[in-house]
Amino acid sequence: MSLLEVSDLAKRFGGVVAVDSCSLTVAVDSITGLIGPNGSGKTTLFDLVTGFLQPDAGRVTFQSTAITGLPPDRVHRLGIGRTFQLARVFPRLTVLENLLVPVHRRGLAALLPGAGSEARHARAMLEFLGLAELAGEPAGRLSYGQRKLLELGAVMMSRPRLVLLDEPAGGVNPGLLERIAASIRELNAQGVTFLIVEHNMGFVMDLCDAVVVMDRGRPIASGSPAQVRANPAVLNAYLGA
Amino acid sequence: MRIAAGVLGAAALLLPVLSPDPSFLNIGVFTLMYVGLATAWNISGGYTGYVSLGHAGFFGLGAYTLGLMLGHLRVPGGYAPFLVVPVVGLVTAALALPVGWIALRTRAATFVIVTIAFMFMLQILATNLRPVTGGSQGLGFPVPQGWSPAFVDVPFYYAMLALALLALAISWALRRSQIGLGLLAIRDDEDRALAHGVPTWALKIGAFAVSAGLVGMIGGVYGYYVTYVYPQFVIDPLIGISMVLMAFLGGAGTIAGPVLGALLLEPAQLELAYFAGSARLYLVLYAAVFLAVMLLLPRGIIPSLAARIESWQAAARRA
Amino acid sequence: MSGLVVGAAMLGVLTGGVYALMASGLTLIFGVMRIINVGHGALVVLGAYLSFALLRGLHIDPFLGLAVTMPAMFAIGLVLELLFIRPLRTDREALSVLVTYALALGIEGVLGYLFSSDFQQLRVWYQTASFAVGGFGVAYVYVFGFLLSIAVLAALGALLYATTFGASIRATMLNRSAAQLIGIDVERVSAITFGIGMATAAVGGVVFGITNAFNPGSHYDLISRLLTIIVLGGLGSLKGAIVAAVLMLVIEDVTAVVVSPTWAAFTFFALLVLILITRPQGLYGLRAREGT
Repeated sequence: MSLLEVSDLAKRFGGVVAVDSCSLTVAVDSITGLIGPNGSGKTTLFDLVTGFLQPDAGRVTFQSTAITGLPPDRVHRLGIGRTFQLARVFPRLTVLENLLVPVHRRGLAALLPGAGSEARHARAMLEFLGLAELAGEPAGRLSYGQRKLLELGAVMMSRPRLVLLDEPAGGVNPGLLERIAASIRELNAQGVTFLIVEHNMGFVMDLCDAVVVMDRGRPIASGSPAQVRANPAVLNAYLGA
Repeated sequence: MRIAAGVLGAAALLLPVLSPDPSFLNIGVFTLMYVGLATAWNISGGYTGYVSLGHAGFFGLGAYTLGLMLGHLRVPGGYAPFLVVPVVGLVTAALALPVGWIALRTRAATFVIVTIAFMFMLQILATNLRPVTGGSQGLGFPVPQGWSPAFVDVPFYYAMLALALLALAISWALRRSQIGLGLLAIRDDEDRALAHGVPTWALKIGAFAVSAGLVGMIGGVYGYYVTYVYPQFVIDPLIGISMVLMAFLGGAGTIAGPVLGALLLEPAQLELAYFAGSARLYLVLYAAVFLAVMLLLPRGIIPSLAARIESWQAAARRA
Repeated sequence: MSGLVVGAAMLGVLTGGVYALMASGLTLIFGVMRIINVGHGALVVLGAYLSFALLRGLHIDPFLGLAVTMPAMFAIGLVLELLFIRPLRTDREALSVLVTYALALGIEGVLGYLFSSDFQQLRVWYQTASFAVGGFGVAYVYVFGFLLSIAVLAALGALLYATTFGASIRATMLNRSAAQLIGIDVERVSAITFGIGMATAAVGGVVFGITNAFNPGSHYDLISRLLTIIVLGGLGSLKGAIVAAVLMLVIEDVTAVVVSPTWAAFTFFALLVLILITRPQGLYGLRAREGT
């Protein structure tokens, strides 16, 4: 069963076609990798799914509901979280406050100070990420790797069903990389589905149970990591043939 | 911090009793006015990082709204006009909604300029709509009967104090709430806030309207205090820039920063004006203070102090 | 009536050329340095006073005097940039607005000290001598100012598009850190750009000073127009600044004869608002996601 379904999605910037009649599905409870050469439209696809860009054509369906063209905050509230390519945090908020921003509260409840259960949840998340010591520090003082972890934690705070990660392994040292992979596996075991854009092939092949390859704005291959690796079209795309 | 706030609050409440000297109270009225203005500005400009230089427009809008309502409803001078002030707040906030709806589509520098353009539009409207506003002739307010010269400052002092406390209470409650966190997230990285489900558009416009409403109420009381307003005088770019400068001096985006900035700068401004004698020298000195603040303390006193204290504590821990 | 409208439109184009020059300096400074120079209006007024001093003291024609005032303003620009803009590190865009605002107030105060707040005007023979267009008198000064502005704009264009230094200015406008990476000294480029902006303000000051009575407080009116022009055109776009300046002045001058002069400026602000509703990035601005 698919959690996210993208059909015939297209986006043009002036004369450049970034995403072109792109269709793909993300299965429930999977960790799906999205790979492809630079400029193949992966980040644009993320922007289209999460509402940061409006598609020129096509449909996005999440849990059998059409979400095409909804604004980003609505998409988030339906249960899709995302991270950005370069680790972005709220630098002048504390590490703990960073985790409390994504908490949703409706109506007058939003006027109340941070309630105990959410703060507890946030502290537990910091323990899980190994950042508990830094709870009161401004997030701007974290190292790049720590920011990546914090970003992952912030995305998880609203308990999303689907998380889109844009290059979680980019610029991260091997030790931290292992911790990020372990966190993703553990969260996946708790029922979170992941769609991951990543250039680190070892990371993708190791972690993902399905892989989609994009080239020039559309998927050219998909399947298990082993199948994708054996597909000659993939090699051609990377070699620019 | 709490003790300091308590002492300051008690002193503010008792000042008219302890020192009933009108010239002293007059400084008090203007200082409290700027405490309120800088705090109100900070709710949108400081928390969200959308620096409005056009808030003088809402200040003038509030003054004109109160003056016109008092005139048309034939409210006599005395305590009654103060009761109309909350209505002025609602009217100004409501009028700020369409302004925010347009201005807040732009970001950063463009936003600053659009707010300046709106301020000048209001100034032109106030001048040109002569049948309504009296044009450049100005608009008079009812004069309180039976208040002695020694007493007349006291009600205005408490009115300004009440509005400053209201602005502070709102600022404080917001900062501690989920909404406040959303506003600060907008300041740090608006796109990322949106990705985290923060309803940025509603929060930005809401904060802008609340901020404008508070500034409008203060403008109303100011108009009643000075008894007479005209466009260039009450929609004065200098009023708009002063509240911003005070918020930045103390620390934009903090609760206490704008209060501290106003308490330091407004008495100094009044003293400076008195000392300089001429408007020209005053401008030069004002600009010098202004530049010194911006270049030496760009983050403001409170954040700079906090960083300093933290590094001492860190050093103490290491030792 | 239609003759008056044609004449007003023509006057609008001529004065629009001068505003285009002043706004170009401002938008160039934004493009290169990512700062809004709120002091630009005050610097135009300063330029007018420099010319006024030369005219009254040494009887030097304001247009000829530009040979002195343009380099002088360029030098003042270098100093101001070094002292007040370069030290800004964090939150540059917001803080620069406040700092340059303070500069404007300081300049206003100093000019008031030196020249008093009485209104002055640069008095020259071509100020009142005029020719008729459809029953509408157009003074020669507008033509001179327009031609000079076009010449300076053309020189600016040549500098930007035909010299190596111009290429480094354009590279810095596109991407400051990338420009730094390929070895461009962006600090130097910034300082010189600020100086160039000031030199154009000197030209603007001469035409402004001949066609308007001015005092040290005149900068508010100027800066509100110039800022509106560069936002309408799209921040950092030279083409946008030129188109928006001509558009603004034509609309203002036509409104002045068709409706009333008191509504002229308002019409333009209203146009800005209308355009921003549909195009928040202005006429020629790129819709970039601006981080903080």
